[in-house]
Amino acid sequence: MTNTIEKRIELNAPISRVWRALTDHREFGEWFRVKLDSPFIPGETSRGKITYPGYEHITWEAVVQKMEPEQLFSFTWHPFAIEPDVDYSAEPPTLVEFRLEPTHDGTLLLLTESGFDNIPAGRRPDAFRMNDGGWTEQMKNIENYVTRAS
Amino acid sequence: MSQEHPNSAAEVEHSHAEVFAALGDETRLSLIAKLCDGQPYSISRLSEDSKLTRQAITKHLRVLESVGIVHSVRRGRESLFEFNPQPVEEIKEYLDLVSEQWDQALSRLKAFVEE
Repeated sequence: MTNTIEKRIELNAPISRVWRALTDHREFGEWFRVKLDSPFIPGETSRGKITYPGYEHITWEAVVQKMEPEQLFSFTWHPFAIEPDVDYSAEPPTLVEFRLEPTHDGTLLLLTESGFDNIPAGRRPDAFRMNDGGWTEQMKNIENYVTRAS
Repeated sequence: MSQEHPNSAAEVEHSHAEVFAALGDETRLSLIAKLCDGQPYSISRLSEDSKLTRQAITKHLRVLESVGIVHSVRRGRESLFEFNPQPVEEIKEYLDLVSEQWDQALSRLKAFVEE
Protein backbone atom coordinates (compact mmCIF):
# COMPACT_ATOMS: atom_id res chain seq x y z
CA MET A 1 0.00 0.00 0.00
CA THR A 2 1.33 3.39 -0.98
CA ASN A 3 -0.24 6.77 -1.40
CA THR A 4 -0.03 6.51 -5.19
CA ILE A 5 -2.05 4.37 -7.57
CA GLU A 6 -0.13 3.05 -10.57
CA LYS A 7 -1.50 1.15 -13.54
CA ARG A 8 0.19 -0.13 -16.63
CA ILE A 9 -1.70 -1.41 -19.62
CA GLU A 10 -0.70 -2.46 -23.15
CA LEU A 11 -3.07 -1.28 -25.84
CA ASN A 12 -3.11 -2.82 -29.30
CA ALA A 13 -3.65 0.52 -31.00
CA PRO A 14 -1.32 3.18 -32.39
CA ILE A 15 -0.28 5.94 -30.02
CA SER A 16 -2.16 8.53 -32.10
CA ARG A 17 -5.37 6.54 -31.62
CA VAL A 18 -4.84 6.32 -27.84
CA TRP A 19 -4.01 10.01 -27.61
CA ARG A 20 -7.26 10.88 -29.33
CA ALA A 21 -9.26 8.57 -27.05
CA LEU A 22 -7.74 10.31 -24.03
CA THR A 23 -7.85 13.94 -25.06
CA ASP A 24 -10.81 14.34 -27.39
CA HIS A 25 -13.50 15.13 -24.85
CA ARG A 26 -16.19 13.18 -26.74
CA GLU A 27 -14.00 10.11 -27.08
CA PHE A 28 -12.87 10.37 -23.46
CA GLY A 29 -16.51 10.51 -22.49
CA GLU A 30 -17.29 7.32 -24.45
CA TRP A 31 -15.06 5.05 -22.39
CA PHE A 32 -15.01 7.06 -19.19
CA ARG A 33 -18.80 7.34 -19.30
CA VAL A 34 -19.22 11.06 -18.93
CA LYS A 35 -20.83 13.59 -21.26
CA LEU A 36 -18.44 16.55 -21.24
CA ASP A 37 -19.61 20.05 -22.13
CA SER A 38 -16.50 21.28 -23.94
CA PRO A 39 -13.02 20.30 -25.18
CA PHE A 40 -10.12 19.82 -22.77
CA ILE A 41 -7.94 22.93 -22.44
CA PRO A 42 -4.94 23.04 -20.06
CA GLY A 43 -5.67 25.23 -17.06
CA GLU A 44 -9.41 25.06 -17.53
CA THR A 45 -12.07 23.18 -15.65
CA SER A 46 -13.83 20.44 -17.55
CA ARG A 47 -17.38 19.58 -16.54
CA GLY A 48 -20.00 17.13 -17.56
CA LYS A 49 -22.57 14.61 -16.48
CA ILE A 50 -21.70 11.04 -15.60
CA THR A 51 -23.40 8.64 -18.03
CA TYR A 52 -22.65 5.51 -15.99
CA PRO A 53 -26.03 3.89 -15.24
CA GLY A 54 -27.24 4.89 -11.82
CA TYR A 55 -24.86 7.84 -11.49
CA GLU A 56 -26.38 10.17 -14.07
CA HIS A 57 -27.21 12.81 -11.45
CA ILE A 58 -23.55 13.35 -10.68
CA THR A 59 -21.42 16.13 -12.12
CA TRP A 60 -17.95 15.24 -13.31
CA GLU A 61 -15.34 17.91 -12.77
CA ALA A 62 -11.61 18.07 -13.37
CA VAL A 63 -9.00 20.74 -14.05
CA VAL A 64 -6.88 19.91 -17.08
CA GLN A 65 -3.17 20.31 -16.31
CA LYS A 66 -0.93 19.15 -19.16
CA MET A 67 -1.47 18.06 -22.74
CA GLU A 68 1.83 17.10 -24.34
CA PRO A 69 0.81 15.41 -27.59
CA GLU A 70 1.15 11.62 -27.55
CA GLN A 71 3.15 11.76 -24.33
CA LEU A 72 1.32 13.16 -21.34
CA PHE A 73 -2.22 14.07 -20.45
CA SER A 74 -2.98 15.08 -16.87
CA PHE A 75 -5.73 16.55 -14.78
CA THR A 76 -6.59 17.13 -11.14
CA TRP A 77 -9.91 16.02 -9.68
CA HIS A 78 -11.63 14.46 -6.73
CA PRO A 79 -11.16 10.78 -7.46
CA PHE A 80 -14.35 9.01 -8.43
CA ALA A 81 -16.39 11.44 -6.38
CA ILE A 82 -19.51 9.41 -6.84
CA GLU A 83 -21.28 9.45 -3.50
CA PRO A 84 -23.73 12.36 -3.71
CA ASP A 85 -23.94 12.80 0.06
CA VAL A 86 -20.20 13.03 0.60
CA ASP A 87 -18.58 16.45 0.70
CA TYR A 88 -15.52 15.97 -1.47
CA SER A 89 -14.43 19.57 -1.06
CA ALA A 90 -12.88 18.45 2.23
CA GLU A 91 -10.58 16.14 0.27
CA PRO A 92 -7.64 17.43 -1.73
CA PRO A 93 -7.71 17.10 -5.48
CA THR A 94 -5.47 14.32 -6.69
CA LEU A 95 -3.32 14.42 -9.82
CA VAL A 96 -4.06 11.91 -12.59
CA GLU A 97 -1.37 11.43 -15.24
CA PHE A 98 -1.64 9.36 -18.39
CA ARG A 99 1.77 8.73 -19.98
CA LEU A 100 2.08 7.07 -23.34
CA GLU A 101 4.98 5.17 -24.88
CA PRO A 102 5.03 3.52 -28.30
CA THR A 103 5.67 -0.23 -28.36
CA HIS A 104 6.26 -2.66 -31.28
CA ASP A 105 2.61 -3.34 -31.82
CA GLY A 106 0.82 -0.60 -30.00
CA THR A 107 0.99 1.68 -27.01
CA LEU A 108 1.98 1.36 -23.40
CA LEU A 109 -0.20 3.44 -21.11
CA LEU A 110 1.07 4.29 -17.63
CA LEU A 111 -1.46 5.79 -15.31
CA THR A 112 -0.61 7.31 -11.95
CA GLU A 113 -2.86 8.98 -9.45
CA SER A 114 -1.06 10.79 -6.64
CA GLY A 115 -1.56 13.41 -3.98
CA PHE A 116 -3.93 11.57 -1.65
CA ASP A 117 -2.04 13.16 1.23
CA ASN A 118 -2.18 16.76 -0.02
CA ILE A 119 -4.06 18.47 2.68
CA PRO A 120 -4.45 22.21 2.24
CA ALA A 121 -1.53 24.13 3.75
CA GLY A 122 -3.82 26.10 6.06
CA ARG A 123 -5.07 22.92 7.70
CA ARG A 124 -1.66 21.34 8.06
CA PRO A 125 -0.14 21.65 11.54
CA ASP A 126 3.66 21.91 11.77
CA ALA A 127 4.00 18.32 12.81
CA PHE A 128 2.23 17.22 9.61
CA ARG A 129 5.24 18.12 7.50
CA MET A 130 5.91 15.37 5.08
CA ASN A 131 8.82 13.06 5.38
CA ASP A 132 8.86 10.62 2.53
CA GLY A 133 11.51 8.29 3.90
CA GLY A 134 10.27 4.88 4.78
CA TRP A 135 6.68 5.50 3.81
CA THR A 136 6.25 2.55 1.49
CA GLU A 137 8.04 0.04 3.67
CA GLN A 138 6.26 1.05 6.84
CA MET A 139 2.91 1.17 5.12
CA LYS A 140 3.44 -2.45 4.12
CA ASN A 141 3.99 -3.35 7.77
CA ILE A 142 0.90 -1.50 8.81
CA GLU A 143 -1.11 -3.03 6.03
CA ASN A 144 0.01 -6.48 7.11
CA TYR A 145 -1.09 -5.66 10.59
CA VAL A 146 -4.44 -4.29 9.51
CA THR A 147 -5.09 -7.28 7.26
CA ARG A 148 -4.30 -9.63 10.10
CA ALA A 149 -6.49 -7.72 12.54
CA SER A 150 -9.55 -7.59 10.33
CA MET B 1 -7.33 -4.97 20.34
CA SER B 2 -9.04 -3.43 23.31
CA GLN B 3 -12.72 -2.73 22.77
CA GLU B 4 -12.95 -0.41 25.75
CA HIS B 5 -12.79 2.73 23.72
CA PRO B 6 -15.26 2.62 20.88
CA ASN B 7 -14.97 5.38 18.34
CA SER B 8 -17.18 8.32 18.84
CA ALA B 9 -18.59 9.93 15.72
CA ALA B 10 -16.24 12.86 16.22
CA GLU B 11 -13.24 10.60 16.09
CA VAL B 12 -14.07 8.86 12.81
CA GLU B 13 -14.87 11.99 10.79
CA HIS B 14 -11.48 12.75 9.34
CA SER B 15 -10.67 13.38 5.75
CA HIS B 16 -8.72 10.64 4.06
CA ALA B 17 -6.07 13.20 3.23
CA GLU B 18 -5.44 14.00 6.87
CA VAL B 19 -4.97 10.32 7.63
CA PHE B 20 -2.60 9.93 4.68
CA ALA B 21 -0.67 12.99 5.79
CA ALA B 22 -0.47 11.76 9.38
CA LEU B 23 1.01 8.50 8.10
CA GLY B 24 3.50 10.27 5.83
CA ASP B 25 6.21 10.57 8.44
CA GLU B 26 8.84 8.06 9.45
CA THR B 27 8.71 8.81 13.16
CA ARG B 28 4.97 8.40 13.32
CA LEU B 29 5.13 5.19 11.30
CA SER B 30 7.72 3.82 13.70
CA LEU B 31 5.45 4.72 16.63
CA ILE B 32 2.56 2.93 14.94
CA ALA B 33 4.78 -0.07 14.29
CA LYS B 34 5.27 -0.36 18.06
CA LEU B 35 1.65 0.33 18.94
CA CYS B 36 0.50 -2.26 16.39
CA ASP B 37 0.89 -5.06 18.93
CA GLY B 38 -2.33 -3.85 20.51
CA GLN B 39 -0.89 -2.98 23.92
CA PRO B 40 -1.25 0.46 25.46
CA TYR B 41 2.11 2.25 25.67
CA SER B 42 3.25 5.07 27.87
CA ILE B 43 5.30 7.90 26.39
CA SER B 44 8.30 6.69 28.41
CA ARG B 45 8.12 3.25 26.83
CA LEU B 46 7.69 4.74 23.38
CA SER B 47 10.74 6.98 23.94
CA GLU B 48 12.95 4.16 25.23
CA ASP B 49 15.01 3.34 22.15
CA SER B 50 14.38 6.59 20.36
CA LYS B 51 16.66 9.55 19.77
CA LEU B 52 13.69 11.84 20.07
CA THR B 53 12.72 13.70 23.20
CA ARG B 54 9.53 12.90 25.06
CA GLN B 55 8.17 16.25 23.88
CA ALA B 56 8.79 15.36 20.25
CA ILE B 57 7.18 11.95 20.68
CA THR B 58 4.20 13.53 22.40
CA LYS B 59 3.77 15.92 19.50
CA HIS B 60 3.75 13.07 17.00
CA LEU B 61 1.31 11.09 19.13
CA ARG B 62 -1.02 14.07 19.20
CA VAL B 63 -0.99 14.19 15.40
CA LEU B 64 -1.92 10.50 15.28
CA GLU B 65 -4.58 11.08 17.90
CA SER B 66 -6.02 14.01 15.96
CA VAL B 67 -6.91 11.68 13.07
CA GLY B 68 -8.03 8.82 15.31
CA ILE B 69 -5.11 6.47 14.63
CA VAL B 70 -4.27 6.39 18.32
CA HIS B 71 -6.37 6.87 21.42
CA SER B 72 -5.00 8.06 24.70
CA VAL B 73 -6.28 6.79 28.00
CA ARG B 74 -5.38 8.03 31.47
CA ARG B 75 -3.97 5.55 33.90
CA GLY B 76 -3.21 7.26 37.17
CA ARG B 77 -0.98 10.22 36.37
CA GLU B 78 0.13 8.74 33.07
CA SER B 79 -1.32 8.85 29.57
CA LEU B 80 -1.23 5.59 27.68
CA PHE B 81 -1.58 5.37 23.93
CA GLU B 82 -3.32 2.64 21.95
CA PHE B 83 -3.49 1.95 18.22
CA ASN B 84 -6.84 2.15 16.44
CA PRO B 85 -6.66 0.48 13.00
CA GLN B 86 -9.93 1.89 11.71
CA PRO B 87 -8.69 5.08 9.96
CA VAL B 88 -5.91 3.07 8.28
CA GLU B 89 -8.43 0.45 7.15
CA GLU B 90 -10.64 3.20 5.79
CA ILE B 91 -7.97 4.76 3.61
CA LYS B 92 -6.92 1.32 2.43
CA GLU B 93 -10.50 0.59 1.39
CA TYR B 94 -10.72 3.99 -0.25
CA LEU B 95 -7.54 3.42 -2.29
CA ASP B 96 -8.75 -0.05 -3.24
CA LEU B 97 -12.02 1.45 -4.45
CA VAL B 98 -10.30 4.11 -6.56
CA SER B 99 -7.90 1.48 -7.91
CA GLU B 100 -10.79 -0.81 -8.88
CA GLN B 101 -12.55 2.06 -10.66
CA TRP B 102 -9.41 2.68 -12.70
CA ASP B 103 -9.15 -0.99 -13.65
CA GLN B 104 -12.68 -0.84 -15.00
CA ALA B 105 -12.16 2.47 -16.80
CA LEU B 106 -8.91 1.31 -18.40
CA SER B 107 -10.46 -1.94 -19.60
CA ARG B 108 -13.21 0.12 -21.26
CA LEU B 109 -10.51 2.33 -22.82
CA LYS B 110 -8.75 -0.78 -24.12
CA ALA B 111 -11.93 -2.11 -25.71
CA PHE B 112 -12.63 1.36 -27.14
CA VAL B 113 -9.26 1.88 -28.88
CA GLU B 114 -8.89 -1.71 -30.04
CA GLU B 115 -12.33 -2.09 -31.61
